[in-house]
Amino acid sequence: MKRVILAAVAALAMSGAAYADTIKIGVVGPFSGPFALQGKNFKAGIDAYMALNGSKVGDDDIEIIYRDVPQADPAQAKALAQELVVKEGVQYLAGFYFTPDAMAVTPLLTQANVPLVIMNAATSAIVTKSPLVVRTSFTTWQTSTPIAKVAKDAGVSKVISVVSDYGPGVDAENAFKAGFEAAGGQVVEAIRMPLATNDFSPIMQRIKDSGAEGVFAFLPSGPTTLGFVKAFKENGLKDGGIKFFAPGDLTQESDLPALGEAALGIQTTFHYAVSHDSPENKAFVEAAGKAIGNPAELSFPSVGAYDGMHVIYKMIEATGGEQDAAKAVEAVKGLSWTSPRGPVTIDPESRHITQNIYLREVAKADDGTYYNKEIQTFEKQGDPGLAALK
Amino acid sequence: MQTVLSIAIDALAYGMVLFVISIGLSVTMGLMRVVNLAHGAFAMIGGYIASYAARDLGIGYGFAVLLAVFGTVIIAVPIERLLYRRIYGAPELTQVLMTIGITFCIIGIANYVFGPTLKTVPLPGELQGSVDLGFRAIAVHRLFAIVCGLAVAAGLWYAIERTAFGVKLRASVDNAAMAAALGVRTEIVYAVSFAVAVGLAAFGGVVGAELLPVEPYYALRYMVTFLVVVSVGGAGSIPGALIACLLLGAIDTTGRYLMPEFGEFFFYLAVIAIICVFPRGLAGRAKG
Repeated sequence: MKRVILAAVAALAMSGAAYADTIKIGVVGPFSGPFALQGKNFKAGIDAYMALNGSKVGDDDIEIIYRDVPQADPAQAKALAQELVVKEGVQYLAGFYFTPDAMAVTPLLTQANVPLVIMNAATSAIVTKSPLVVRTSFTTWQTSTPIAKVAKDAGVSKVISVVSDYGPGVDAENAFKAGFEAAGGQVVEAIRMPLATNDFSPIMQRIKDSGAEGVFAFLPSGPTTLGFVKAFKENGLKDGGIKFFAPGDLTQESDLPALGEAALGIQTTFHYAVSHDSPENKAFVEAAGKAIGNPAELSFPSVGAYDGMHVIYKMIEATGGEQDAAKAVEAVKGLSWTSPRGPVTIDPESRHITQNIYLREVAKADDGTYYNKEIQTFEKQGDPGLAALK
Repeated sequence: MQTVLSIAIDALAYGMVLFVISIGLSVTMGLMRVVNLAHGAFAMIGGYIASYAARDLGIGYGFAVLLAVFGTVIIAVPIERLLYRRIYGAPELTQVLMTIGITFCIIGIANYVFGPTLKTVPLPGELQGSVDLGFRAIAVHRLFAIVCGLAVAAGLWYAIERTAFGVKLRASVDNAAMAAALGVRTEIVYAVSFAVAVGLAAFGGVVGAELLPVEPYYALRYMVTFLVVVSVGGAGSIPGALIACLLLGAIDTTGRYLMPEFGEFFFYLAVIAIICVFPRGLAGRAKG
């Protein structure tokens, strides 16, 4: 009799171990409103990863729960993250398009025992706010620093910087200034424009009057970028020989059909171009294009989400599906893999992604569409913004 | 001196684009007494139709503009008959709530049908590129916008001040019951003016598309600016709206050139100052 009970207990224990759990991942992003396209890209990247790698890790099913924060709204982001942790019981938090939203959630992580994988928010400081934050996107410092070297190499020594007056814009301004002055150039003037600028003609006049040979610009993608790039051409600056430098946010693929002719020849540095030539990227673009519906809408947040999922899958493998945030984060420190954007590593110290930054030029393809053509690679770039914080 | 001239040209061009889009709102708010927050949405519909016609169907620019104006009017007339008619003479809050609701519906539909990306209206060869004015280059479509603005101003002024329809319109606005008693069919007058206002919005949306690109949130993004123009100019006054646009365009452009860091500080400072001195706007009429 004793034996039978023992056997029964053992059998129960065994079946318990083999019993498949559902591991929930909470993704917060802008899925409606003016930034819905970016949220759509998150979803496309996640769907693409699960289509290519399956929706199971070991025996555990993976379930994604989406929460919508249409515009930067720290209070709502925090409330939704709390709800995801407490009510839905998610083991991982991910997504986050805006820096303030990600910042608001970092204080929750330790107590909730949940790692946060940031798929976009690009301010350097976020990773310092909690040891449980891992980022798979980029920082504005990381993408804006190499362009300074490009400008200097192009023989430009006097540059005027023009940025939108908000966090990422100021980051870009500082990053470019630091990089350009280190290379021996001079930033003759730094202009910060209000976010709601519609007419850029006066700014173009300022650029002309400053006597700079080149302009460094950063604006949020969308209508403002379109207006700026058009004004640059129409006011005769492009034909006047003034060179245009910017990080790749300005020429993101989903804006290119509208920018078109006006953007032709603009050089930007960024971590990802949809046109990147590698077998990994071909597979990714095909899967993500299918997931998003209209492949022309695909742009950089999708690859951040795709790699974010890769990191989470590795975390789940390492912890065997148990909820142990510290162990999960520890497991991906130093993790290297080949992403659609090229070789990447999670830097063990900062938990930010080390990656290649590419110099690209807007070019016209044979079928009349515009794309970012990669022409130079800056290998293994870390985040210079963290050094600047110290 | 060159710089001053250059800024003056920019101010004129920006002011006229604002005028073309805002004047329709001035007509609905001033003459019809409807706070129409869906005005930006109608301008956006015009932009979408023109973009679709010119870019996807390959129709010529001039025809695309006509299609945009009439297409938008055709969409708007049933909305007027079914929804707007109920709020003529209603308290402002009712009007605001209903028109903002319409705006959100249109944003959602536009997002669903055309997607969230930017749409442009391709310009014909004659309007592309820039002309050299001797001291600077200016885009041809800006000059086109200035001409359109002047033409709209002159045409509207003539229609309201000098034609029989204008007399009926002003009569219906000032005292609808009395006008009706004298044989003016106020319903038709209102419907026609609404159609004209919407048509102007669509026209402005197309002509201004180079400056204010068309995307689903167009409907809300620029609405504040349009409202400011109307309240500074005085609702319903065409010369008032024209002066307001030129003045605000000049202040905004100069402020942006001299001190871009201050953002829209000077713009709103000017608005506050003007409203303090002229509570009904520069050329506003006392309530009839």
